[in-house]
Amino acid sequence: MIELIDISWVAGDFALEKLNCEVPDGKYSVLMGKTGCGKTTVVELICGLRIPVEGRIFIAGKDVTLKPPGQRGIGYVPQDGALFPTMTVREQIGFGLRIRRRSILEVEQTVKRLAAELGVDHLLDRKPPGLSGGERQRVALGRALAVNPKVLLLDEPLSALDEDTRDEMAELLKGLQREHALTALHITHSSRESEQVADCVLRLEGGRIRVEGT
Amino acid sequence: MAEREPIRQGRRRYSPFWVFLVVVTGGYLLFILGMLFATATHSSPGELLKALQSRQIQHSIYLSLLTCSLTALLSLLIAVPAGYLLARANFRFKALLESALDIPIVLPPLVIGLCLLILFQTSFGGLVEKVIPFTYTVFGVVLAQLVIGAAFAIRTMRGTFDQLSQRPEDVAMTLGCSRGGAVWRVTLPAAGKGMVAALSVAWARSLGEFGPILVFAGATRMKTEVLPTTVWLELSVGNLEAAVAVSLLMVVFAMLVLVTMRWAGERW
Repeated sequence: MIELIDISWVAGDFALEKLNCEVPDGKYSVLMGKTGCGKTTVVELICGLRIPVEGRIFIAGKDVTLKPPGQRGIGYVPQDGALFPTMTVREQIGFGLRIRRRSILEVEQTVKRLAAELGVDHLLDRKPPGLSGGERQRVALGRALAVNPKVLLLDEPLSALDEDTRDEMAELLKGLQREHALTALHITHSSRESEQVADCVLRLEGGRIRVEGT
Repeated sequence: MAEREPIRQGRRRYSPFWVFLVVVTGGYLLFILGMLFATATHSSPGELLKALQSRQIQHSIYLSLLTCSLTALLSLLIAVPAGYLLARANFRFKALLESALDIPIVLPPLVIGLCLLILFQTSFGGLVEKVIPFTYTVFGVVLAQLVIGAAFAIRTMRGTFDQLSQRPEDVAMTLGCSRGGAVWRVTLPAAGKGMVAALSVAWARSLGEFGPILVFAGATRMKTEVLPTTVWLELSVGNLEAAVAVSLLMVVFAMLVLVTMRWAGERW
């Protein structure tokens, strides 16, 4: 479970005050809300890319409020995938394991397994400019999953894709969440997307997060 | 029924607007080429060869190449962190810092030389000079070039980092990197073209630097004489042929750097 307790955060004119939220364990949750309401900030707070002014963040029962992003057991997929510009697909997926100094064999095995699971095994030597939008997102997912996270945070992962690819990716995301027993938090403002994947819908409005449906 | 005349799409290309743009750009380019052509035809290959055989000029070529290369590398070492700071961090007085870093670009070069000379007359400068003597030495040549070269390199690197998204760095951090590690592994490799551009702009600026070097490092033959100093020294004794020959040499060097860096940048 991801738990935000009395989280406050300020940047210029934008502020979140005393925000509370629970993202259920092992479920696919979707966080909805209008553009500019702070959805991305919430995900960045959970990732540890922003540090709250006050409040605590718990992931799987552990207080991670002040932990660096790499020690929170999360996988993060931003809007356009944010692939590393100069690395091949193989290097992207193996990145997290190489940082953790895993053996070459383990890195290679994990890359092959995930690439096959995500359908990008024929693209391993390509760099980002040679990939389509859908392929980029698949690689970004593989890169996030390689380090075996408990939590997957997806910031509008389908918004840059065409309609057909979007449906295909939504199905893939849902399958991956089940297969890897992940706690997923997916940001979107598309109701259709939410209907396709959500076990639980959360809405951020007026600085508060409320459960809209399960 | 009369046949319709086909629409001539090609005519749009010659609208007065585009003609105006081409005339302005072409006029400027022609002026530059004319300048270079006039200088090139003023001298003969024999004069150029004669100038190249002079020991003083050979030393000046060597010193120019050495100091410019050193300055370009040092400029990059300053420009990468400074450019990153300006591109990514938001803090109070950032605009002020940006303006301050542009001071060497807007100050008259002679004034920069004078400021350097005065700084090294202070007790702080005296202490530094005990370790590395700058005034009227080759180190002084590098420092004088660096003050201006680094300012241009910082502008280039800032622009480069501005164009690179921070998101991949963020992702790298969630995968276990520190911010520094993410920049090193993800952003710097992607900033290769910008670094090549920063190196070349610092190198080219340093090659043409004259005022600050003259004031701060002097114009001693076989010691602190770089190519612009040679042009000035030869002109001051009325040896126009040698001055033209050295100027042409500088044009060739500048062109070579431009072409090499562009080639390197494209291959990155």
